[in-house]
Amino acid sequence: MRVAENLNAALAALLAREPNLYVLGEDVVDPYGGAFKITRGLSTDFPDRVLSTPISENAITGVAAGLALAGDLAIVEIMFGDFAALAFDQLFNFASKSVSMYGSRLPMRMVVRCPVGGGRGYGPTHSQSPQKHFVGIPGLALYELSPFHDNLAVFEEMFAREEPCVFFEDKVLYTRRMGAVEPPFSVEISGGVARVSLDGPPDCVIIAPGGVAHRALAAMRSLLVEEEIACTLLVPSRLYPFDPPDLFDAAVRAARRVFVVEESTAGGTWGAEVAHLVHRRHWGRLDLPVTLIHSPGGVIPTAAHLERAALVNESTIHSTIRGTLRG
Amino acid sequence: MTRPSTALKGETSDPAVSAPQDADLSLMLMIRAFELKLLDLYGRGLLNGTTHTCLGQEYVPVAVEALLDPRDHVFSNHRGHGHYLARFRDPAGLLAEIMGREGAVCAGVGGSQHIHRDRFLSTGVQGESLPVAAGVALHLKRSEPGRLACVYVGDGTFGEGAVYEAFNIASLWGLPLLVVVENNGIAQSTPTTRHLAGSIAGRAAAFGIDHRLVETSDVTEIRRTLEPLVSRVRSRATPLVVEFVTRRLGPHSKGDDTRPVRALEEMREQDWYARCAAACPGRFPRLDAEARAHIDAVAAEVMARGPSQWEGS
Repeated sequence: MRVAENLNAALAALLAREPNLYVLGEDVVDPYGGAFKITRGLSTDFPDRVLSTPISENAITGVAAGLALAGDLAIVEIMFGDFAALAFDQLFNFASKSVSMYGSRLPMRMVVRCPVGGGRGYGPTHSQSPQKHFVGIPGLALYELSPFHDNLAVFEEMFAREEPCVFFEDKVLYTRRMGAVEPPFSVEISGGVARVSLDGPPDCVIIAPGGVAHRALAAMRSLLVEEEIACTLLVPSRLYPFDPPDLFDAAVRAARRVFVVEESTAGGTWGAEVAHLVHRRHWGRLDLPVTLIHSPGGVIPTAAHLERAALVNESTIHSTIRGTLRG
Repeated sequence: MTRPSTALKGETSDPAVSAPQDADLSLMLMIRAFELKLLDLYGRGLLNGTTHTCLGQEYVPVAVEALLDPRDHVFSNHRGHGHYLARFRDPAGLLAEIMGREGAVCAGVGGSQHIHRDRFLSTGVQGESLPVAAGVALHLKRSEPGRLACVYVGDGTFGEGAVYEAFNIASLWGLPLLVVVENNGIAQSTPTTRHLAGSIAGRAAAFGIDHRLVETSDVTEIRRTLEPLVSRVRSRATPLVVEFVTRRLGPHSKGDDTRPVRALEEMREQDWYARCAAACPGRFPRLDAEARAHIDAVAAEVMARGPSQWEGS
């Protein structure tokens, strides 16, 4: 099953199960079914709860917050995650704050879905990875789509938090298959983190969210074949708050060398937050400081050759790890 | 289009002024006494942070609240004490909230601007409650037909895009949203003539939303005018903008009033307080004294309480 189908099926299952769930977004109703077709079919089955909205990211997110306030559940689709900037106030000052600023906990069951990332030629304002701009807001949890995490379970977890969540979906994942890794790698999932590993002790650990996991996997394969460097990949479903399970710490302890890969540009990133956490927990055991691997600083061009050069990719990951471990 | 600036010059009048009922007058006087007490406490250095009083505007929520059902949702703003007190008549809980004392409505976390209780919610960012209120109105339309979401905004909020995104959606989707505009002619220190192009009526009209201008401070008259319109919001699930031409007698927050003394004097002459004092000379002094004594007692009692406790989230 492709990731987009898994996501669509998750939304359909949730709508069927939760009579008070709304799905809101620009152009989400049939026959269009959303810019990336993730909501295809949903409005046909649930016409009064799957609603196409005006081009109004702030209001859509505020409407979702109002529904949550009244006890409903709401999922918002931001057509391109870049536009979540227009909804920032509703997330930063209202929805996340409302969970606690009224003195007792106020449940806010809402998810803002943000298709993000480059690789599709959409250009500078439609290709960014804005995760870092949402990291560290009290009461706002961040998740990222991954081929290893079933979306229905992820949405159940997000709603169970009873606080607003942003779900980042790297657009390049939509057409990829769920869950697949090829031998000699194998995958196991524990505590919301997927671990892709080889038999035997690894030389390093790579921490990468779902959108860049396949690029990390490709680098892992070439590092193994060309350099005999064995890597373990950890793919967390929840980016923030980042509270990794024992499996994560065990993997870090086993490897003592840690790389974090993210598609965003450097500077105040999610990866920096992860590095801080790893340093705090494992500083005395690490061989090296945690290395962050980002896209180069700059806008994301539209032309395919320029866009490729602007985004973190298999070869960036390969060469950084090789250079760091082998000098 | 009528603007508050014309009202401030005394060109509008309250013809057929009727004396308010005791209950309404007492509530207006209680809110007035509460706000004056707050400024007094601030002056004595007894309050933390800042607050925005609704001196001069007390009659608006007193008039509106009587048209609302407890199951309607009310969204208030930074200048929201009157909205809260008109709904709950709980000066002790609100003062405890503002002072961070035991019994605070929101454990002292929200303070003056961030109050949530039952179906009442205020928040401190201009305009952001409009889309939220639209969301609640969407919920009500489907789940509790006949109920509405009422949101209070000031004229200054009309500079925010969130207002228009919400207007568009509320009109398109037919949402039971009652927007009460307290147009007091000034946004912090900037007069409406310097921050609002066109008019609020024109902006409502642009979205096909009905608009009603209210220039009187006579609560009985206001209710008589608005009752059928509010009923229509419920029965037809359709938005309505009610614009009150009102006056902010006090500073924006604590002591930041840059308006000329003469302009303030003119406003005080037109204030509902002066009008009601003249209209009911017999009972007004008694009810006013009772309201002040009540608030004095509440303040003394609240100030004697221990600090509020918050377990965190």
